[in-house]
Amino acid sequence: MTALLNPATLFGLCGAALVGIGLFVVITHPGLLRRIVGFNILGAGIFLVFGAVARHGAGAGFASDPVPQALVITGIVVAFSATALAVALTQRLLDLTVCKTVQAPPQDQPRRSEP
Amino acid sequence: MTLLLDLALIAWLLALAMHIAMAPKDQNAIVAFIAFGLLLGLGWIRLSSIDVALTEVAVGGGLTGVLLLRAEAHLRARPATGRVTSVAHRTMAALGCAAVACGLALVVLLFPAPAPTLAPTVAANLDATGLGNPVTAVLLAHRALDTLLEKVVLLLALIGVWSLAPDRLWGGAADLRPAFVPEPLAYLARMLPPFGVLIAVYMFWVGADAPGGTFQAGTVLAAMWLLVMLAGLRPAPDTRRLGLRLVLVGGPALFLAIGFLGFAIADGFLAYPEGAAKPLIVGIEAALTVSIGAILGLLVAGPARKAPTP
Repeated sequence: MTALLNPATLFGLCGAALVGIGLFVVITHPGLLRRIVGFNILGAGIFLVFGAVARHGAGAGFASDPVPQALVITGIVVAFSATALAVALTQRLLDLTVCKTVQAPPQDQPRRSEP
Repeated sequence: MTLLLDLALIAWLLALAMHIAMAPKDQNAIVAFIAFGLLLGLGWIRLSSIDVALTEVAVGGGLTGVLLLRAEAHLRARPATGRVTSVAHRTMAALGCAAVACGLALVVLLFPAPAPTLAPTVAANLDATGLGNPVTAVLLAHRALDTLLEKVVLLLALIGVWSLAPDRLWGGAADLRPAFVPEPLAYLARMLPPFGVLIAVYMFWVGADAPGGTFQAGTVLAAMWLLVMLAGLRPAPDTRRLGLRLVLVGGPALFLAIGFLGFAIADGFLAYPEGAAKPLIVGIEAALTVSIGAILGLLVAGPARKAPTP
């Protein structure tokens, strides 16, 4: 049982829980910006599972396997760029349609032309 | 004792995540997300991944937080005609997410022991690169192709963000200056950037042998540039300016050029010659740091909101 209490396993389990919470926010929250935050939490959870793999693979004088660490660094930066694009898309969408939650527009509302 | 620290950190992270999921106002959720990013950095240090901790705090917590806060302020005036999903819907979603989380938890608990690891391979090849930091060696020597493609992804995301401006504003500047600049913000924007640039140069230079590197240094540069623009000391540049575009493309272009040079002076694409690996890597890192700083700053600045000055 005490073998489970090393940082790798603990933070790996935390990452699994964060994946669940982030996925729930992405699926169910009506607000678009909150879904983007949920996507980031989901990503953080996945990276933590990666980090648990890295810590578990310690050896050869390193406290943590460097290859998953490099992959996570790349992943964090790419996730940020995806977030930036998603935020810009959200702002543009809401500039054009007014509402900030996900809802089908009523059928009789004419599409606004581009300002 | 460190077990207590780990458990406390994990409890805080999960509590913040639940708060983000359930907070009624977006602004509270985003501030909680910034705190989440900072605590996550501490978690990465507990996992002995200091380079990742620096990147998470800088990019995941700081830059993402700034991006989301600005977006939330811009969108605050919109009506929230919230159609909340039904209880049955949410219960099914919760069960599905719990199943995913349990599956991942099982994977974590059933890690194979002895763990498969590439640490000995990296250790054996570290001397050939001349670097002391194994993560930098993996990023810029062993898996250099990943880093090159990631730069291209950053540029594509930037072009995607720019393309969201209305057609008549293409090539213009983003609008970062707030309506009212508090005096402390203007003072901070004058005092902090020189220190920030110094810290960024140090982090880039020391990243060859100790935790640090291009991404962390580039993020600090982007943060200083954003601070200057947000305080109104300098306007955001027109996105069609040739100098700006050269700075953006310069890092990846140099990386690509040295990659092709590998055909001539070493084994193949992105291979470094023996003995000259470290100078080439540090040269690539220097160009990349400036480019990353510019790209990340412009990603936060967003699409153009003013027509380009003729």
